[in-house]
Amino acid sequence: MAAWLAGSSSKLAHSAARRLAGDLRRRGPDPWLLSSSTMPARGQLAGDLRGFCSVRRFAGDSTAATAAEESENEFAGGDLQQVVDFPGGKLSFVGEMNFVPESQRERIKCYRVLDDDGGIIYSSRFQEVGKELALKMYSNMVTLQIMDTIFYEAQRQGRISFYITSNGEEAINIASAAALSADDIVLPQYREPGVLLWRGFTPQEFANQLFGNKMDYGKGRQMPIHYGSNRLNYFTISSPIATQLPQAVGAAYSLKMDKKDACAITYFGDGGTSEGDFHAALNFAAVKEAPMIFFCRNNGWAISTPTTEQFRSDGIVTRGQAYGIRSIRVDGNDTLAVYSAVHTAREMAIAEGRPILIEAMTYRVGHHSTSDDSTKYRPADEIEHWRTARDPISRYRKWVQGNGWWCDAEETELRNSVRQEILQAVQAAERIPKHGLAELFTDVYDQVPSNLHEQQRSLLDIIKKHPSDYPTEVNS
Amino acid sequence: MAAAAASLHATAAVSKSRSAAIPQVATSVRVAAASRGPGSARARGGLVVARAAAVKDEAADTNSGGHEVLMFEALREAMIEEMTLDPTVCMIGEDVGDYGGSYKVSKGLSEMFGDLRVLDTPIAENSFTGMGVGAAMKGLRPVVEGMNMGFLLLAYNQISNNCGMLHYTSGGQFKIPIVIRGPGGVGRQLGAEHSQRLESYFQSIPGLQMVACSTPYNAKGLLKAAIRSENPVVVFEHVLLYNMKEKIPDEDYICCLEEAEMVRPGSQVTILTYSRMRYHVMQAVKTLVNKGYDPEVIDIRSLKPFDLHTIGNSVKKTHRVLIVEECMRTGGIGASLRSAIIDNFWDELDAPPMCLSSQDVPTPYAAPLEDATVVQPPQIVAAIEEICR
Repeated sequence: MAAWLAGSSSKLAHSAARRLAGDLRRRGPDPWLLSSSTMPARGQLAGDLRGFCSVRRFAGDSTAATAAEESENEFAGGDLQQVVDFPGGKLSFVGEMNFVPESQRERIKCYRVLDDDGGIIYSSRFQEVGKELALKMYSNMVTLQIMDTIFYEAQRQGRISFYITSNGEEAINIASAAALSADDIVLPQYREPGVLLWRGFTPQEFANQLFGNKMDYGKGRQMPIHYGSNRLNYFTISSPIATQLPQAVGAAYSLKMDKKDACAITYFGDGGTSEGDFHAALNFAAVKEAPMIFFCRNNGWAISTPTTEQFRSDGIVTRGQAYGIRSIRVDGNDTLAVYSAVHTAREMAIAEGRPILIEAMTYRVGHHSTSDDSTKYRPADEIEHWRTARDPISRYRKWVQGNGWWCDAEETELRNSVRQEILQAVQAAERIPKHGLAELFTDVYDQVPSNLHEQQRSLLDIIKKHPSDYPTEVNS
Repeated sequence: MAAAAASLHATAAVSKSRSAAIPQVATSVRVAAASRGPGSARARGGLVVARAAAVKDEAADTNSGGHEVLMFEALREAMIEEMTLDPTVCMIGEDVGDYGGSYKVSKGLSEMFGDLRVLDTPIAENSFTGMGVGAAMKGLRPVVEGMNMGFLLLAYNQISNNCGMLHYTSGGQFKIPIVIRGPGGVGRQLGAEHSQRLESYFQSIPGLQMVACSTPYNAKGLLKAAIRSENPVVVFEHVLLYNMKEKIPDEDYICCLEEAEMVRPGSQVTILTYSRMRYHVMQAVKTLVNKGYDPEVIDIRSLKPFDLHTIGNSVKKTHRVLIVEECMRTGGIGASLRSAIIDNFWDELDAPPMCLSSQDVPTPYAAPLEDATVVQPPQIVAAIEEICR
């Protein structure tokens, strides 16, 4: 290799060659040099963590490698100050191969405002929240929690076919929603019904969608929990993971065209960041300077896949810089921290016309869905710990109560009245009939085309001929 | 059964005005075969190599007004007119901005409308199609260009799961007035991956509408109609047809998305075709007419849904059907069309409906092999002779 460098015409190569030749003399023959005619013995390679032209292939002792690097740098650094321009801009270059390490020494710090006992951490800076807003956030979080309990039970009783809870992520849901404006466009994954709740979707409207009845805005077309409301700027949920990310870029783009004082926000989990759409959407948003927020709920689990098997990066926040996106990591179980982070991110996104990435650390207390039993792949006491000791609602309540804004009596009253309201909503939704067959063929296109009229006619004919084979509610 | 052939004019939302000025019978465009006479065709063993280089046919130029354009210019005119008319129309794709698009359909557009309305995207088809869906849901009318239809296989997730479905699953709350367009089909030795017929794969997606243009006139008309439509429309162009020349009207016109085009009225047999195969059919028709046949040629144009009204009327007249398509034998548009004809017009048929399709092989590079994978005029002649026996 030294010979190759010496033969090269550039001054840089010559000086590097001289230096390397000097190094070689100091260290003796290097068994790993590619130009060497002797192949290194297997045993030797296992310990050799630096090759001239090769990446560290063996996950060996990294401290030894770092030490070796540092000693080399002392010799090499500083004498090459030239600058070269390649497409993309000027680069200064260096004669040492400094591989950017696969991870930083220290993980990116997590923004937090409330400690575990609901007290404001002394040095924290945050967006102030007044009593009215604080209580609205609190009561929405409680409502979301009770909604989840009752709807989950309804599924277990066989009254609805499917449900997904947001247990443990109430702070993420409500606090992020509270920091947005009604004009901000929300593109959710499926664990963010709290955002819709905040905006005014009633328990009855939720229940109607779950039962797929006539009052469901989706007209019974989608599975439970696939809510959508054009009126509340909440895009209808679509099952495939991360498809909403590039769509959010498109929505933000439309806001930019209209020069609106609003942003788009899209939610996704840690698992969703493995999808190709995540990568491309972040890239697009950065290149197109889209005013939007990418909100990642890192709750530790993608069904049964823990984050240790989902990616090898330091979570999701580190990836933002790779795309040129400003990012922050926040304690997702801290209501005030989430509120502040989204509030600030939104201002930046709109004022500067750029995307912001927020990674909210949290824990998925519930199962992935009603089709999952997470005790199969994680310890029950871990779940219990997060459900109780790390519950975002009780932590926030301590702060609210500490301010004298809330008391136990109000707590009981709130929980009772919310529970009643939701139970009634379920009972009412259960009784509302489903749509008739006429709505099977509408909305495929803006108007029903003749081939679908045809199919509808055939179907109705068959039902008329064999009425006993079809449910009685099926009518035209 | 035959009575079931209802009109598709029920989907009236899209069709507005239709220009009556187009000559229905004689096309003003002719495909010039690479061979210059019958001799050389025979020398090649009967295979006519039709490289679609357009030649203007002076005899058919009967319009008083109008201006001559190439196909890509006609598409460009459609874009310019619609973007001028409606500020929500925008264009998204790779290299569509300053570069003007791989086939120059968007040439000059970014100077005219700014680079916010003519968006260059990174290479991520699923993403920029998804971006188009998101923008459409918020009220824009994006025209998404796939550099080649084959690349849109990467966008299949967004096209099927979201584009086609979101209007339905949202209960009609969100509409997706997106247009997805791009060149496909077997071209000039572009290799298997760049010679795909995506209409085969997309035809099942509910909620999607598909059209294929074949002349500058219908290209401009269909693209304009697609942009104005409230539904997601995929417009299939063909790599070999971008330099097709034709005189088109000066005034504003659109073509109905659900209508087929009568290319040559006849009485003996109905030939249904679309896109580039229209030209192979018309070439075969010359031979057939000389042999005394009288075929009726219909360019179906609307691939989803089929214009069973026009097709039905023709079948009732001729009682014999040949479908000539560029899709593969298995699972192509022809397969579905044949099925629809059998379902609806069985009683009218005097012979089994025949379908000529491409071979079920990846398209090879070498020219003679490539030509052998698609339907050539002599096959069409032989098929007609067989049907009319």
